Amino acid sequence: MSALGVVGGVVQPVLIVAGSPLLVGLMRQVRARLEGRAGAGVAQPWRDLRKLMRKEQITPRGTSEVFRLAPLVLVATTLVVAVVAPFVTTDSALDPAADLFAVVALLALGAVALALAGLDTGTAFGGMGASREMTILALVEPTLLVAIFALSVRVGSTNLGAIVSSTLDDPARVISPVSLLAAVALILVIIAETGRLPVDNPSTHLELTMVHEAMVLEYAGPDLALVELASAMRLSVFLGLLANLFLPWGIAATATPVALLVGILALVVKVGVLGVLLAAGEVFVAKLRLFRVPELLAGSFLLALLAVAASFFLV
Amino acid sequence: MITTLTPADLPEHAGSLLQQGFRLALVAGHDDGDRLRAVYLFTAAPDRRVELHVPLDPDTPEVPSLARLSFAAGRFEREMHDLFGIVPTDHPLPQRLVRHFHWPRGWYPMLADAGDPPEFGDVDGPYPFRTVEGPGVYEIPVGPVHAGMIGPGHFRFSVVGETILNLKARLWFVHRGLEKLFHRRTPEHGIELAERVSGDTSVGHTLAFCLAVEDAHQLAVPEDAQRIRAILLELERLYNHITDIGALCNDVAYSVLNAHSQRVRERLLRINDTVTGHRLLRGAIHPGGATVTALPDPRELAAIGADVAEIVALALSNTVVADRFTGTAPLSHDQATDLGTLGVVARASGLTTDARHDHPFLSAEFPRTTHTRTDGDVLSRFLVRAEEFTSSISQITSLADMLGGRTSATAPVTTGTGRSGVGIVEGWRGTIVHRVELAGDGSLNRVKIVDPSFFNWPALPVALADTIVPDFPLTNKSFNLSYAGNDL
Repeated sequence: MSALGVVGGVVQPVLIVAGSPLLVGLMRQVRARLEGRAGAGVAQPWRDLRKLMRKEQITPRGTSEVFRLAPLVLVATTLVVAVVAPFVTTDSALDPAADLFAVVALLALGAVALALAGLDTGTAFGGMGASREMTILALVEPTLLVAIFALSVRVGSTNLGAIVSSTLDDPARVISPVSLLAAVALILVIIAETGRLPVDNPSTHLELTMVHEAMVLEYAGPDLALVELASAMRLSVFLGLLANLFLPWGIAATATPVALLVGILALVVKVGVLGVLLAAGEVFVAKLRLFRVPELLAGSFLLALLAVAASFFLV
Repeated sequence: MITTLTPADLPEHAGSLLQQGFRLALVAGHDDGDRLRAVYLFTAAPDRRVELHVPLDPDTPEVPSLARLSFAAGRFEREMHDLFGIVPTDHPLPQRLVRHFHWPRGWYPMLADAGDPPEFGDVDGPYPFRTVEGPGVYEIPVGPVHAGMIGPGHFRFSVVGETILNLKARLWFVHRGLEKLFHRRTPEHGIELAERVSGDTSVGHTLAFCLAVEDAHQLAVPEDAQRIRAILLELERLYNHITDIGALCNDVAYSVLNAHSQRVRERLLRINDTVTGHRLLRGAIHPGGATVTALPDPRELAAIGADVAEIVALALSNTVVADRFTGTAPLSHDQATDLGTLGVVARASGLTTDARHDHPFLSAEFPRTTHTRTDGDVLSRFLVRAEEFTSSISQITSLADMLGGRTSATAPVTTGTGRSGVGIVEGWRGTIVHRVELAGDGSLNRVKIVDPSFFNWPALPVALADTIVPDFPLTNKSFNLSYAGNDL
């Protein structure tokens, strides 16, 4: 464990927890302005979280520990990813966990915990949301693994830090077919995984069309705050991974204060720009019919597969 | 034309009228003190109206059910049973419709001696929802309290995976006793109630009410007054249709067009405000005439028309929006005919029903709006609204032209003797029918209101068969039926 890894392990989670709601606020604000609305302001998600945190703890009758623990598991798994994956520093505080498979498994664990909580409520909406979420997750996770795997082939390691470092050493890789195919596949997967348009509509009030929102319909107060925070963190984590896997410049490779500052700024700028692009893109798309979603995800899987094939043949 | 019959003669007469192409527009119970009376109103195009009156013995009020002749009759009879205790004999589905099961047995709110509502109790058990059984079938109960700002309705979906096998819409959660509130009011004081039958159909219901009162008095209303009324009716159509166009886009998460539709709606509401002094067009129509403060500016309406045409074009040029709308929840021509659907829903399925042409109150004739797509799916209902928006603007423009700046016209009100009258109006949802009976002193004895939603609600589950659950909100919005107009 290097000093750089330790510093990263402290700075990254603080940055992601503090910044994620602001990212969500920024995206909502961008969308509102593009649609000609005033918008609630960038800090609104933080105000919502503060309001929810002050409310009393309420759980529906008939729910078990699964329902109560799910928000904690969701936040915890996302926090671990925030600590170990290369966001601000190339070295990791816990190097073995900065592995491709470990990170994907951690993120999937959180999603599964929430789906179980949705089932645990015993309501029709919880079950419906959980079933839809699992359908999407089952299509998303293989793509996610294969896409990042395509990037790890040339490095000879599934360690995320190693992949990022090697891209830093050899910048030409970014414009290789492998990178581009994997990038497109990953973008589609991230859109599906974080419940954005055209797969899910994060701002809908229509119970019957919801995916993510249907699962968390029974949460209230601090539990809901945790779920909302974790959702925002997952979005930041995914966008951060996307940014650093393909455009790692600015990330701190040494433990000097200047390098760290640059690393933090670079992450904020990269994730912010990606978020703004995502929000701006959402203005122009409508939500797909639910049964069209697998077609979209199958397409992204194909791209990921092509990326892997290309990494063998086009070295 | 009014015919008085014995109950035994009813089915034959009703059957022959239906054979001649009449539709059952209204069924109303009446409490005449010493006896009960059922009134059946049949209408057909061009403007023909036939009333069948059936006096009934108050001790055993029974009428033979017409449910096997007309689908709508079956529902009217259940409503009449719930409110008056008039029993339809041999009814295929005799359970309660309007009164929920916690209303006491044997208490009928519309009878003259009903008194105050008694305590609620669980007298007839839970509502008998049809249970669908089989591997993998589950139920999704939604409502009556919803996440959005809509009326109270409970929807029970029986679903396999995401496909809807059966949907039961349970309504009538907020019975207001509206028809009874009209009792003993003068027609002038009935206006404030008519304006509030359904908040978004103020003009439609007020106009139908006024036409019915004028029909009862045999009052000839000046043509200018009818023109002003027609303008108000179309203004109401405009602001409601653009709301629906925006809401349909919003339901497929294309919210940028909803934002723009809301902007257009606000402009229209402000025009309403300058025309009548009320954003929802209240206070302008009264028995015998109509008065506005200004006529709408045709140039502003033309600009709005161009704006809306662009919104519609943008919506349909988005492939995902077009995909979500096309082929979703189709209501076939046959289904729409059998269920007796009205208005936008009927015209989207290829029916030509439109009271502006079938029962015109205006002597000026406008051409029927031709609809480019009549497949009965969400896209058809979207396009019908868009096309009606355009033709409404041109109608308002020519009507305003005919008026030449005159903003008020009223017939001298006569206080006639007790008579009955019928008013038929094509509101923005569809054909609204009011029937009034006046007492000897000119006050209202009985007002029966039929909103098109009463006919259209049963079409929603039919259209949704084999549709997937996530498409329900979109389909529901494309019908956009009134809860308040249905539950009086």
